[in-house]
This record gives sequence, C-alpha cells and structure tokens, in this order.
Amino acid sequence: MFKRTLLAAALACALPAQAAAVSDEDLSKLRAEFDQKLKDIQAAYEGRLKDLEARLAKPAVPVEQATRPSTSAANPELSLILLGSYAQRKAGERRPTGFLQDAGIGAPARGFSLNDTELILAANIDPYFRGLATLILADGQASVEEAWFQTLSLDHGLTLKGGRIISGIGYANEQHPHAWDFADNNLMYQTLFGEHLVQDGLQLKWLAPSDTFVELGMELGRGEAFPGSAAGGDNNGAGSWAIFGHVGGDVGEAYAWRAGLSYLGARPQARESLLVDNGGVEASTLFSGKSNTWIADLIWKWAPDGNPKARNFKFQTEYFQRDEAGDLTYDTASGGANTPGAYRARQSGWYAQGIYQFMPHWRVGLRYDRLNSGSLDFGANNTNLPVADYSPTKWSLMADYSPSEYARFRLQLARDHAMQGDPDNSQISLQYIYSLGAHGAHKF
Amino acid sequence: MFIRFIFLTLLLTANTANAALNVLACEPEWASLTQELTGDLARVTSATTARQDPHHIEARPSLIARARNADLLVCTGAELEIGWLPLLQRESGNARIQPGRAGYFAAADQVRLLEKSGVSDRAQGDVHPGGNPHVHADPRNLLKVASALAQRLTELDAANAAVYAARNQDFQKRMAAAIARWEKEAVGLRGVPVVVQHKSWSYLAGWLGLKVVADLEPKPGIEPSVSSLASLLDRLKSQPAKLILRTAYHSPKPSEWLSERAGIPALELPYTVGGSAAAKDLFGLFDDTLAKLKGALK
Ligand SMILES: [Zn+2]
Repeated sequence: MFKRTLLAAALACALPAQAAAVSDEDLSKLRAEFDQKLKDIQAAYEGRLKDLEARLAKPAVPVEQATRPSTSAANPELSLILLGSYAQRKAGERRPTGFLQDAGIGAPARGFSLNDTELILAANIDPYFRGLATLILADGQASVEEAWFQTLSLDHGLTLKGGRIISGIGYANEQHPHAWDFADNNLMYQTLFGEHLVQDGLQLKWLAPSDTFVELGMELGRGEAFPGSAAGGDNNGAGSWAIFGHVGGDVGEAYAWRAGLSYLGARPQARESLLVDNGGVEASTLFSGKSNTWIADLIWKWAPDGNPKARNFKFQTEYFQRDEAGDLTYDTASGGANTPGAYRARQSGWYAQGIYQFMPHWRVGLRYDRLNSGSLDFGANNTNLPVADYSPTKWSLMADYSPSEYARFRLQLARDHAMQGDPDNSQISLQYIYSLGAHGAHKF
Repeated sequence: MFIRFIFLTLLLTANTANAALNVLACEPEWASLTQELTGDLARVTSATTARQDPHHIEARPSLIARARNADLLVCTGAELEIGWLPLLQRESGNARIQPGRAGYFAAADQVRLLEKSGVSDRAQGDVHPGGNPHVHADPRNLLKVASALAQRLTELDAANAAVYAARNQDFQKRMAAAIARWEKEAVGLRGVPVVVQHKSWSYLAGWLGLKVVADLEPKPGIEPSVSSLASLLDRLKSQPAKLILRTAYHSPKPSEWLSERAGIPALELPYTVGGSAAAKDLFGLFDDTLAKLKGALK
C-alpha cells in the first residue's frame, strides 16, 4: 500500500497533473476533446487559406516589406577545424620530471602529422536551450570532446550547462587547441590535465548584476578525467567538483583585464601515471587518494582605442598549486614489484606569455613555463622513486601569419627543459590552422 | 513613523530603478537614436565607439557585464556583430535580450538591405551574405528604424508609450526636414566618382548618388595590401575618382598611400556618432559628413 502511494506521488510529480490518474473514461473524454480541437484547427486554417487566396488574387499592393536578413548560418551551425603540423624534435616522451601526469599522454609526433580534426555542431535548440557538440576525428575513431546543453532563459545572470563540458576553471582551460597562441600546450595545463579539464556533469554560473564583471561558477562532475580516474568516477555522487570566480573590466578604452581564482577537487582511485624510477626505467604507478588544485589567472589586453583589428597585445599568466595525498603503488606492470607506499605532494607551477600583433595579419609571441617540484614524498617508495629537486622549464617563441580570420600559419621555436638530464632539447614546429564554416565567436 | 519613512524611500527608489530602461546599443548610431526616442526615460550606453571596428570587437568582460544588466539591446544585426554579440547574449545569463525576445532589436531587420548576395563563399572575402549591414549611413533608413524602435520601447515600457510616440513623431519631423536640407545641399555630389574602404559607404553613396568606382579592400573584409593597392592605382588611371573615403576606425595608411600616388584627397568621414568632433548626434553626423565631402571637392 505504502509503495503504491509512493508510486502515485512520484507519478503525480513526474507527469502533468491531468495525467496522474488515467481511467478509460478520461481517455475517451480526452480523445473527443482532441478530435474537436483538431477540427477547430482545420476549420481555422481553411479560413485563413481562403483569405490568403483571396488576397493573392487581388493585384499586389506595393508594400514596403522589411527584408529579414537571411542568415548564412545553417541550423545547426557547422564548423570544421583543420590542424596539421611539421615538427622537429627529439624522439620519445618528455615528461616533466617529478610530476604525476595522465598516463594516456603519448609522445608528441615528429615530422609531418595531422593533428586533431574538429567537427563542431551548434545551435539554439529552442528559445530556452543551446546545444553544442565537438567531435574529434582521428584515424579509425571519433571521440566526443564536448557535448552539452546550455540554458538561455534562466535569467538573473544564471546559466546552467550540462553534459560533457570543458571546465570553466582557470583561463586557458576553455580554449581548444586551434585557439592556442602557441603550437603546443603550456606545461602547466599539460601536467594538470593532459590537454584541458573536461567534465561529465553540470556547471552553474552566476553573473553578478554589477557594472564590473563578476562571475561565480561551480561544477559537479563524474571525475573520470585526470586528476580523477576511471575508478574514482565509478561511484554514486560526484567524483570531482570545482568552484571558480572571475572578475574583469576595462581600464580606459585601450585596456581590458580579467582575473580569476579556481579550485578543483577530485578523489582518484587507482589512477595510472608513469614515473622514471631510480633505475632509470619508466615504471607505471597507481595513485588513490585526494587531489586538490588551485589556479589563479590574469589576462591583460591592450588595443589602441580598443580597436584590436590592426594592432593589439595580450598578456596571460596562470599559477597553480596541486596538493595530493594518499597511497601510491609502484611498478604495477604485470610481474612488477607492486610495492605500496604513502604519497604526499605539494607542487606548483606557472606560465606567462605575451602575444603582440604588430600589424594586420602578423603576430609574435613569447612564453615561459616553469614547474616547481615542491615537496614530494613517496613514503616507503622513496627508495624506488627519485625525489628530484628539479624545476622543469621551457621557453617558446612563435610567429604567426593569418591571411584572413579563418586561416593561420605558425612557426615556433622552443627549448624544452621539462625533463631532467635533457640539456639541449630544441624544438621547431610549423603549423597550419584552418576553420571552415560557421563564424565562431572566440571568448575574451 | 520611522518604518513608514523607510518603506516610502524603498518604494520610491524601487520605482525610479524601474522607471529607467537600461539600453545597451551595439554601435554609437543606435545609442544616439535610442536617446532621441527615450530622453531621460532610459540609461543608454554604446558597446563600441566610432574608433572601433564593429566587425571585430572582443566579447570583453565589461561588455558581458553590461549585457547582463540590459533590458534592451539595440544592434545592427545582419551578421555585422556575429563575431561577438552572440557570445555576449549567451554569457549574459539575461533571458530578456536573447534573439527573438523583445529585448533584442536589430535595425537591419527594419529596412531593405543592399548587396544581398545570399552567397557565402569566403573565397569572395568575408562577405555579409545576408546583405550590407551598414544601413545607418542612409538617414532615410533612420526614419524606419526609429518608428520600429519606438514601437519596441512601447512594448517594453507600456507606461511611457505616449512619450515614445511623441518623441518619435518629433524625431521623424526633424529628421525628415534635415534630410530634405541635406539632399538640397548635396546636389553637387551626384555622380562624383569615389573610392571607398569597405562596404561601409554603400548606403551613403546610394543616398547621395556618389559613384563607387573601387574599394580599397581587394575582397570585402580583407585588408588592402601593397600589391592590391598598386593594381588599384593602375585601375584608377582608366577610371579616375575624385575622393577616397574611410571611416574613423580604419587605419589611414592605405588611403593615404593611394591618395599620395593618385593625387586625389583621402577623406576620413565620421561614419557614426562620435567619429568626429562635430558628429555629436545623428544630425551632426550628416552635417559634418556633407560639409567634409563638399569641402574636399572644392
Ligand atoms: Zn561590413
């Protein structure tokens, strides 16, 4: 009995009130009502059609008709990103020494390579929602980079996003590779998230009703992506959560800025990372515990008269601190030592970059990356794993040319000291980026 | 007594806060037009200035914050703001200003657009396939847009319907009279061959009968290059022009380059309100535009 009341109550909540208790009598009544409505509608339409025909038969009255611009945008808007590169660099993986990183990150390609081909579909679904999906096409596979809905009419400054979303933490996180100002990711984001943090979950943002830009956001996610893990995401409730705040504004007409602070928490279980052990062998490790990351970001832009078309400058810097504590099992390959131990790390890092468009079409940029190994303790595994006192760094210099808004060619030179004992690692990359289709609006 | 006083102040402040519509115009010309129709019934600001290219604005945090608080967006539409406005609307968390809502007004929807190609092949440049959006440069379009905007204001703020109607009527009268005067003054401009920079001037040329013989942009939206300017210089030998027109937001370099070599004056016209010291409002805009055009031909 109790169960049935519960069920009825649940149904009453879930369904429109009328449908809560349906009997045959109600059904036939509904059908009769429906038939009558249909007839009414048909009659109304016939009337309007006759009206129209009558008007068409009359000589056309010259009406100054407001021409609605036919938008070029198809529904859904469709765009395709083509990205490819030529790179000259040392072979093999170059992981930042002393940092646990997603084991899924492979060695960057050398020589000619086709990078991610992105297919983006987006549209306002109705007056209340917008939807977008970005698919990454690669040989023999397509992966869903993001696929989300976003509310358009919650109002009061609120926006809810759900699905697979690119997290709003930090600044560079929301950028796709084709929007990067350099040919590769900065060391900070590469270390923290591989490419960037993608969450399967919900994001709620609130924009304050002030003249200064003040935005607060929170996210609840599955927690499967690094710094979470597949096993950590496999539970009820959220496996990762994030909060962030951004403030921003203009200074005079020529300057604009944005600053932010973000926090990300995750509870990875058996998260795999590769570390070079004391014997110089790359060993796989599994980490279970708590992972907390803080990110501070600052963007400062200049454009003469606030008109960035011809000349502009952008300064961008971000700092992170990551605290992880839990258990780390060393050498988990089959037949490996499988030695458990405690793990505690408090590490940080930052990057700063400046991009200067000195004339139409042409930009140059300089970036410096640095990670601080901080305090690192492998507990019982300190005998197996090096507690290196090493700060990975990297310098990158780039120049790019954009004949139009939809094409860009880039040359980048870099000196990568991410890995200890790798004194002379220079890299040269050449890159093209094309965007076809809908006019993508880029964020600040 | 004290509580009543507080209550009264609250009521009053709430009322005044309600009374003023918060209008964000995408371009200065629409800010000016809205101001004509609302007087002090609205707080009107413009997202861009005359020195900023409305095709290439960044969705800056300050603009998102202003969109958040706007009751009405008055924009050009016709994809002029496609690179930044949709982002402002989506990021604003403001349901009132979404496309299709009463709080989003597109001026280009109210008039007949020129150069409607329907072709969106970007090999032809960054074209406006829905038609040329630079409609305000023909003041006759302002009359139509003003009437539609007055109606929209009434929809949003019915309490002041009479004020909007009266102010619109007054604007129509003054603008119609001004147009008649400008057209008389500009008789000498009819048929004058000009070189333009971007399609910003199509409506002005159409209205005054200026003959556009060339565009500094080799393809719409593509910056002129030295080689494209050189071939243009060549073309001007067989098809001479009398003036080179640019807006306040264009770099003067290409037009000055051509001016020097072709021996014809390059003229920076205000293009929109605030584009010159004299272009303080829509009337000043055309007064100054005509004065500059006529002055350069003397
Ligand atoms: Zn244009």
